[in-house]
Amino acid sequence: MFLAATEAVTHAAEAGIAEKAWLIPLLPALSFFVILFFGKKLPKGGAESGILAVGASFALSVFVAIDWISNHAVVDQHWVWWHNGDFKITIGQHVDGLTAMMFVVVTFVSLMVHIYSTGYMHGDVRFTYFFAALSLFTASMLFMVLADNLLQLMVGWELVGLCSFMLIGHWFEEKNNSSAALKAFFTTRTGDVGLMLGIITLFFAAEHTFHIDTINKLALEHEIGHGVLVAGAVLLFLGVMGKSAQFPLHIWLPDAMAGPTPVSALIHAATMVVAGVYLVARVYGVFWEGFSIEAGGINWMALIAGITMIIAAALAFVQDDIKRVLAYSTVSQLGYMVAALSVGAWTAGVFHLFTHAFFKALLFLGSGSVIHAVHSNNMSEMGGLKKYMPTTFRTFVIGTLALAGIFPLAGFWSKDEILLGAMEGGYPYILILGLIGAFMTACYMGRCVFLTFFGEYRGHGHPHESPRSMTVPLILLAIPSVGIGLINATAFGIDNFTRWVAFHVPDVHEFHLEHHEFNPVLAIASLGVALAGLATAAMVYYWQTVPAGLRGATDRGGLRSLKTLLIEKYYLDHLFVDGVVGFIKGPLARATYWTNQKIIDGIVNAVGAGTRIIGRFTYDVLDQKGVDGIVNGIGVSASETGGVLRLVQSGRVQQYALMLFAAVGLLGLALIFFT
Amino acid sequence: MPVTQYMLLSAFLFCTGVYGVLARRNGVLVLMSIELMLNAVNINLVAFSAQLNDAAGQVFALFVIAIAAAEVGVGLAIVLLIYRNRVGVNLDEIDLMKG
Repeated sequence: MFLAATEAVTHAAEAGIAEKAWLIPLLPALSFFVILFFGKKLPKGGAESGILAVGASFALSVFVAIDWISNHAVVDQHWVWWHNGDFKITIGQHVDGLTAMMFVVVTFVSLMVHIYSTGYMHGDVRFTYFFAALSLFTASMLFMVLADNLLQLMVGWELVGLCSFMLIGHWFEEKNNSSAALKAFFTTRTGDVGLMLGIITLFFAAEHTFHIDTINKLALEHEIGHGVLVAGAVLLFLGVMGKSAQFPLHIWLPDAMAGPTPVSALIHAATMVVAGVYLVARVYGVFWEGFSIEAGGINWMALIAGITMIIAAALAFVQDDIKRVLAYSTVSQLGYMVAALSVGAWTAGVFHLFTHAFFKALLFLGSGSVIHAVHSNNMSEMGGLKKYMPTTFRTFVIGTLALAGIFPLAGFWSKDEILLGAMEGGYPYILILGLIGAFMTACYMGRCVFLTFFGEYRGHGHPHESPRSMTVPLILLAIPSVGIGLINATAFGIDNFTRWVAFHVPDVHEFHLEHHEFNPVLAIASLGVALAGLATAAMVYYWQTVPAGLRGATDRGGLRSLKTLLIEKYYLDHLFVDGVVGFIKGPLARATYWTNQKIIDGIVNAVGAGTRIIGRFTYDVLDQKGVDGIVNGIGVSASETGGVLRLVQSGRVQQYALMLFAAVGLLGLALIFFT
Repeated sequence: MPVTQYMLLSAFLFCTGVYGVLARRNGVLVLMSIELMLNAVNINLVAFSAQLNDAAGQVFALFVIAIAAAEVGVGLAIVLLIYRNRVGVNLDEIDLMKG
């Protein structure tokens, strides 16, 4: 086992249950193997194993979180994984507020998704396989969150990528679905190249260590050169852009809707896409110094995040597929999270990750419930579902209001803090983009709700409310979507989340992130734009009272080209497919082919010919003449010697005796003469 | 009586034996010549035993006599068998061991 040597560092005397945090990823991992080997034989096809393991992990996570809140004891342990000469590669666990928060979010959402999937995936051809992948997905994410070093984090990161590939392509019989899975895999992979290079850069910059706390400490104390930090931060951010779907690598996320809806919920809320945000939050020292966040103004990360917020929100307006609306909404919200981190509002970014997980999971599961009822993803075939599906309707509206940032639901508090951070941190353009984004978010979500649940039913068949296994998770997710924001209700002087989850590097004292006072004007402004967005949506899609001048405006002039641009997703897919992939397929492939034919084949042929010559020489000279010659020579000489000696052996006893006596006589003479 | 007398007798007997072994054609005679050589050695052993006043020489002589008896027994048996099979004990004709 790798537990060859234990080096435990616990910063407080008592760490209690937090030291057992490694059990949290282990249980779903065990469940994965149980389902894999015995799933088909279990009465519920493996689902019970997954639910049990994730449920136990959730309970443990809650205990770890309670332990953290009461003790604030950081656990930082590692064990030697393998030796490489004198260098030790370690595997470890690092438990602090951020880890505990992620544990709770991931296991809770995963548990809801597991329960929901028993209803949604009922009767699926690969039911067991689906639950195995779901368990592994959860375990990978938890493993990544637990990591105390970047190498382990990358292992978890890549496992998450693999599982998302497996799950997006769950119904791989259809070409579109397997293509979407490949697209997700390759796009995130493009970013992962940056991640890997970034980790290597930081490894050498930080005196040969992968340990995250150490890297943060060295970065914040200016022990690492600024140039190297910039390179490291940019490279790591490439990985974040891929994983957390930042512009322009966001293109895979909407296509990832090809997977079953519970998977979409898991990918968008708790695992996969928040991995990138988590990475930034975890290695924040590098980003803080690398992008000079404190200085304000324009930095690359803030710019990308700002663009992502707006362009994704704009794309959500032209989608007919309800899941794609939510997908672009996720991209936009990830933009908010990264923007918060890029303006120095660490807590706000992490808090938004926390609240967003609940209401986005709720929205996805709600959309899944709708799709389950009408057997279509398209909003043009829905409408009027309010009276058929009351539970789904109510919870979906709660999710929408939370996402839109309506007081006092969860999204309001976190979004408000992001905007506050942008304003106070010296990033006015993020503030403006954030407010525009908030308006757009409320507007497209309003459109989504009105098209789905109001008006007349436009689809076929008879929609029905989903089974209890699906509605119960909706209700359970609706509760935190309403109330969880109140744990950091700064307007009422409550700042529990800020105290519980903080960016802290041991032994670095001069670094403090600022926490800003609640700003009522800003809060009212953000609430105002959200309400305005909802009102606009209601006007267009509910009352359908568009002013006469604007009626049909989207089919005329400039707005029409804008609409086309949006429907074509800014032509990014064309750019990537025709530009990047086309380039690779065309000249690059030809160049590679030429290199292959002329150079590599030449080398191979030369090596072949050379080998033949050497072989011929070996056969003719060394083997036939040398080795065989020696062997034959020994044989022949033995035969010749025998031929001579057989003359002596006459068979006559007296002749032998003569020789004997002659020899004795000669010896006697020799004795006389030489002594 | 000086020991040289015995040594001369012994040398004479030994040489007679060597001649008999090398020159005679008859297998029986060759065996007898071997006996002569052994007894020549025995004379030497006994003479020096008396000269040096050491009983070891006489003990050796007794051993040699015993072994010579056994050797003659085996040798005569072989000669007898050869005579039966080949009707003659001319050593020049016996070359079964020729390589």
